[in-house]
Amino acid sequence: MINIGIADLNTTKCPGVLATYALGSCIGICLYDAELKIAGLAHIMLPWSKDAGAGADNNMRRYADTGITELIQKMCAMGAKKYRLTAKIAGGAQMFSTNSTVFNIGERNVEAVKKVLATYNIPIIAEETGSNYGRTVFFYSEDGIMEVRAATKPTKRL
Amino acid sequence: MALQNMEQLNAMHFDVLREIGNIGQGNAASSLSQMLSQAIDISVPSVKLLDFNESVEYLGGPENIVLGMLVGLKGDINGMMLYVLQKSFASSMLKSVFGKEISDLTELDEMDLSFIQEIGNILAGSYVNAISSLTGLTIDISVPTISIDMAGAILAVPAVEFAQIGNSVLFIDDSFLFTNAEKSADNNEIKSNMILVPELSSLETLFSRLGIEV
Repeated sequence: MINIGIADLNTTKCPGVLATYALGSCIGICLYDAELKIAGLAHIMLPWSKDAGAGADNNMRRYADTGITELIQKMCAMGAKKYRLTAKIAGGAQMFSTNSTVFNIGERNVEAVKKVLATYNIPIIAEETGSNYGRTVFFYSEDGIMEVRAATKPTKRL
Repeated sequence: MALQNMEQLNAMHFDVLREIGNIGQGNAASSLSQMLSQAIDISVPSVKLLDFNESVEYLGGPENIVLGMLVGLKGDINGMMLYVLQKSFASSMLKSVFGKEISDLTELDEMDLSFIQEIGNILAGSYVNAISSLTGLTIDISVPTISIDMAGAILAVPAVEFAQIGNSVLFIDDSFLFTNAEKSADNNEIKSNMILVPELSSLETLFSRLGIEV
């Protein structure tokens, strides 16, 4: 099992399993090449790299656009083909209910992830996003299944 | 020099935050003591800057279920405070007031939550009053909102804010000792972890009011 932290990404080949824990407003993006059984997972926390503040460090894996781009490159370097990739995404919750727009970061993350995947023509074939609870994701390279666990919800296999 | 990120804070800045915490914690302890009819001792709060992964471990790991309470700050200081309370904190409070035992944070009902929310109000109000009384700055706090979920998911809320201004999370941790005059073996120390997420310009305002260079 390869554990992927916040603002990080990694890849594996069958029978490897990728995991990322406790996604709140962050998003886990699971990309899969079914023919070669190559799996990749990115855990992004913010939508766009151009919005980085002056004091932010330069970890480009933090953002939807740059994180997904790097994940695709990494998978292609292993032999995966961009046109074969499919995506499953989870996360983008709003952990605290408030009217403030600052806090709808989860929603903005989902929107950005969808836009970025669309520019690469990667279809989203499963999605478990939004709402108000945290999610842990396991991604199995053997069959491309994304398993989503939550604290008080039944586990979903997508 | 303008503050660009939290990593630029020095030992003197930490001392100031600790001293504010000290006053706030003292106020909080006397309010809580009245509310709970319970003697409460305090020690000096700890102030630390941790990176995200350290913060998650510090709070018991990414999937540890915690109670997060978010309070917005508006006025001369803008930003937010996030209290991260462990099961032991909630259960000690609920036990001393309602005599209720809980085995899991996800069991809390509406009444428990509004009681915890009131405690959040006291903790946050005490801290903010400490800032106001030292600096004369005016700060309004919002009603606390609660989320009971995985620590990693809750921590991502301040982390997203901090991500714009660096890679570190600022903790100001209080420690309350519930004392039992008859039976010291029943003394029970509970800690609250508070994460302060001020806008950098607000932090500059705070320090300059106290005559400290940033």
